[in-house]
Amino acid sequence: MGSVYRARDMHFPNVTKLVAVKEMINSAPDPLVRETIVQNFEREANLLATLHHPSIPKIYDYFSLESRSYLVLEFIHGKDMEAVINETNGFLPEEQILTWAIDLCDVLDYLHKHKPDPIIFRDMKPSNVMINSSGDIMLVDFGIAKAFQSGIKGTMIGTEGYSPPEQYRGEATQAADIYSLGATLHHALTRRDPRLEPPFSFAERPIRRINPAVSPEMETIVNRALEYDPENRFKSASEMRDALVSIARKTGILVRMGPKTGPIKSEGIKPLWKFKCEDEIRGTPTIHQGALYIGSYDHNLYALDAAEGKFQWKYPTDGGIVSRPLVVEGNIFVGSEDQRLHVVSARSGKVVWTYYTDAPVRSSPTVAEGHIFFGSDDRYLHAVNINSGRMAWRFESADAIRSTPFVMSEMVYFGCESGDYYAVSFRGEMKWRFRAKRAITASTTGTGQAIYFTSVDNTLYALDPRNGWVLWRFRLGKSSISTPCIADDLIIVGAADGFIYAVEAKSAKEVWRFRTDHQVNGSAVIYKDSLYCGSVDGNLYCLEYRTGRLRWKFGTEGAITGTPLVYDDVVYIGSTDHHVYALLA
Amino acid sequence: MDKIFRFLFGNRSTPPEKVMDTANTAPLTEEQLKAIVNSQNMQFDLQQLISAAGQSVGKQRDLNEDSLLAITTTMAGNSGNLPFGLYIVADGMGGHQFGEVASNAAVRTVAGYILKKFQPYLFQIKVETMEESFQEIMSGAVSEAQRIIQREAPGSGTTLTAALVLGQQITVAHVGDSRASFIYPDGRLETVTRDHSLVQRLQELGHITAEEAENYPHRNVLYKALGQGDILDPEIFTLAFPQPGTLMICSDGLWGVVAEQDIVRAVNEAPSLQRACQNLVAAANMAGGPDNISVVLAQLIG
Repeated sequence: MGSVYRARDMHFPNVTKLVAVKEMINSAPDPLVRETIVQNFEREANLLATLHHPSIPKIYDYFSLESRSYLVLEFIHGKDMEAVINETNGFLPEEQILTWAIDLCDVLDYLHKHKPDPIIFRDMKPSNVMINSSGDIMLVDFGIAKAFQSGIKGTMIGTEGYSPPEQYRGEATQAADIYSLGATLHHALTRRDPRLEPPFSFAERPIRRINPAVSPEMETIVNRALEYDPENRFKSASEMRDALVSIARKTGILVRMGPKTGPIKSEGIKPLWKFKCEDEIRGTPTIHQGALYIGSYDHNLYALDAAEGKFQWKYPTDGGIVSRPLVVEGNIFVGSEDQRLHVVSARSGKVVWTYYTDAPVRSSPTVAEGHIFFGSDDRYLHAVNINSGRMAWRFESADAIRSTPFVMSEMVYFGCESGDYYAVSFRGEMKWRFRAKRAITASTTGTGQAIYFTSVDNTLYALDPRNGWVLWRFRLGKSSISTPCIADDLIIVGAADGFIYAVEAKSAKEVWRFRTDHQVNGSAVIYKDSLYCGSVDGNLYCLEYRTGRLRWKFGTEGAITGTPLVYDDVVYIGSTDHHVYALLA
Repeated sequence: MDKIFRFLFGNRSTPPEKVMDTANTAPLTEEQLKAIVNSQNMQFDLQQLISAAGQSVGKQRDLNEDSLLAITTTMAGNSGNLPFGLYIVADGMGGHQFGEVASNAAVRTVAGYILKKFQPYLFQIKVETMEESFQEIMSGAVSEAQRIIQREAPGSGTTLTAALVLGQQITVAHVGDSRASFIYPDGRLETVTRDHSLVQRLQELGHITAEEAENYPHRNVLYKALGQGDILDPEIFTLAFPQPGTLMICSDGLWGVVAEQDIVRAVNEAPSLQRACQNLVAAANMAGGPDNISVVLAQLIG
C-alpha cells in the first residue's frame, strides 16, 4: 500500500519545482520482513538512479522515516493511459495508439538491454503509463516485482488481465513484458478492460470485430504479442518496434486509413419473385399448404402461390392489416384496423365469420384449446370460440393491447400500451401482473423456465412465468417493440437504436450485437444456422446467429417493420415499398 | 391360535404358501400399472424446499477459513406457494491475512443484503411485483460484500458461491473455486459454476489436459476472488431447480478431495440430506482432510 504526493522542492525557493513523492508504508510486524521491505525499496531507488531514458522518470532522492519510505521523482504533468481511455468517447485513433506503442517498445527495449542485468518491468498496464502534457509516454511505478509464493491458495501476481500465463507460474522474462504490452494495446484499441474478462481470452475478442477501424496489420502485431507460447511472440521489444514502425510507414505515417469494407455480398441477391400490393406491408406473412397469406395497409388479405408469387385471391376488410394471419383447420384468422377479427376460408377466400371489437385490432391471433386469443385497442383480451365465433370471455387490461398473446401451460401472457403485463388463465382469471415503465408493444416468447419481452422503456425482461418475479433485465440502447427470438441459449432482439442484440438466456450477458442503419422493429427468425431480420433501413439481414456476423443483406425500397418467414429454404418478407419478396435462404 | 399369532405379529405371520398359489393370476393392464406407479409417486400439493449443511476444519489445518449459510423457508396459502432459500459457501484464502474474516463477512453481508431486499415482498403485504431483478440483487449483494471486505480486512480474499432459490428458479452469484452443482438421481453430477482458477482457465484454453490439471503445481492459484482487485465481475446466472435432483454448494475441501462418483453416491444413497452432508464431510476427512470442508445440500420436492 502506498500513495504518491505532489510536492514542491524547497531547495529551489525562487522557482516552483514540482516533484512526485512516492510513499510506501511498511506495516509488517516482523522486523526481518520489515528490513527486507526497506532493502527492496532502496534497490528500486538505486535501480532507477542508473536509468536514463526520456520515458522513465528521473529520481532525485530517497529516504526512510520510521515505518515509511519515500522516493522523490520527476513530476509528470498529465494523466495515465487508463484515464485517457476511460475519458474518451468512442475509440482512440489508431495512429495515437501506434505512436505510444512505438515509444513503449523503445523503453522496454532499453530496460531489456540494461547492463549488467536486463530489467523486466513485469507490470505493464495502462495505469502504469503516464501521458504527459505534450503527449509523450512515461513508464511509472517500478515497484519491486512481487516474488511468487507457491503452494499458497489465492496468491495472485502481476495485474490480473494483463499478465501472461507464464507469469502466474512465477516466470518473468522479456516475453512477459511483450505480452503485457500487447494486452495494454488491446485494451486501448478495443476499450475492453481485460480485468473484466477471463484471463488469456484476447483471442475471443478479435480487435477488428470490436473496432473495425483498426488496420489488419495492427491487429496482427498485437495478436503476435499476445501469443500464449512465449516462443511465438516477438523475440524482443525492438523486433516488435520495427513491426510497428513498418505499419506507420506503410500507411504513410499515420494518414487515416480509408474505411474498410468486409466481404459483404450486398448486391447480386435476386429475389425468386416479388409481388406488389396497393399499399405498405407492415406485417408478417404466414404459409400454409403452398400458399402465402399476408395482410397489407391497402385493407386486403392476400393469398399468393408461395412458389411463384402468383396472385390467388384477396379478401378486402375495411381497415389496414398489420397483424399476422393465422391458419387453423382450413380457415384464416386475421385482425384488421376495421375493429374486426376476420375468418376466411383458405381455399376460396370467402368469409366464414367475423367478430367485432370496439377498436382497431393490431394484435395477431393465437390459437389454443379451441379458442382464439387476441388483443384489441379496445383494451380487452378476447377469447373467442373457434367454431362458433362467439366470445368465451374477455379480460380488461389497462390500455390498448397490440402484442400477440403468448400461450404456455394453460396461461396467456401479454403486455399492453400502459406498460402493464398480465398472466391470465384459460378461464380468464388474472394470475399475476407486472408493470414496466412504458408500453409493452412487443409480444412474448418463452420457455418453461422464463418468458421474455421488451418494452418501450428500453429494457428486455426475463420473468418467471409462474409468478412474475423478474429474473433479469437487459438494458437496450433505445426502446423496443421487437419480439424476442430464442435460439439455443441466446435471446435475440432488435431495438430502435438500430441494433440486433444477442443475450445469453441464463446470465443476461451480451454475446454480440449487430448494427443496422435504422430502427429494428420486427423480430428475428432462425433458420438452420442463420438469423433473418429486417430493419427500417430497408434491408433484410442474414446473420450467422452464433456470432452476429453478416452473411448477406437484401435491400428493399422501403422500411421493413415485419418479421420474415422462412420455410423450405425460402425467406418471405414484406416491405413498406408495397412488395412481398421471396428470397433463397 | 392362528388368530393370536396374527394379533401378535401382524401380517408377517401370513403363511408364504399363499403367494405360490397366486403365481398364475392375470397380468395387470397398462392402466392399472400406471395407476399403481402414480399412487406410489411422491406427489405433494405443497411444493417445499429442504436443506442441510456440513462443515469441518479438516485434518491438517488449525483454522477454519470457510463460512457457510443456509436459509430455507416455505410459505403456502391460497395466494400460492413460494419456496424461498438462500445458500452460501465462502472459502477464505490462506496465505492472505484474515481469510476467515473475509469469508465470514462475505456470507453475512450477502445474506443481509438479499434478505433486506426481499423482506417487503415476502413478509409484508405488497401488491406490486419487485422491480429489481434477481440478478441485479445478487450483483448488488456481491458489490456490497466486496466493499465491506476491503474495509474490514484489506488485502484479504475469499471465494463466494451463493444460490438464491425463489420458486423454481435458482440464481447463482459466483467468484473463485467453490462450486455449485446439480446431482441427479440417475448418477449425473453437473457443475454449473466455472472455477476462477489458473488451472481451470488453462484447461479451458486447451493448454493442459484434465489429467495434467490433476497434478498441476499451481492448482490453488485463483485469478478472481472477492476482496481482491479494483473491479470484480462475478458470474451471475439463473437456472431451473433440478427436479428431481439436489443442489450442492461446496468448497474445494470437498470437491478437490472426494471423487465425483463418491459424492454422487453419498448424496443419492443417504436416507436424508442431513446424513448425506455428514457422509460427505466424513469422506473428505477420510481422504486426508487437507483443507477446510463446507457443503450445503438442497432439494425442491413436490
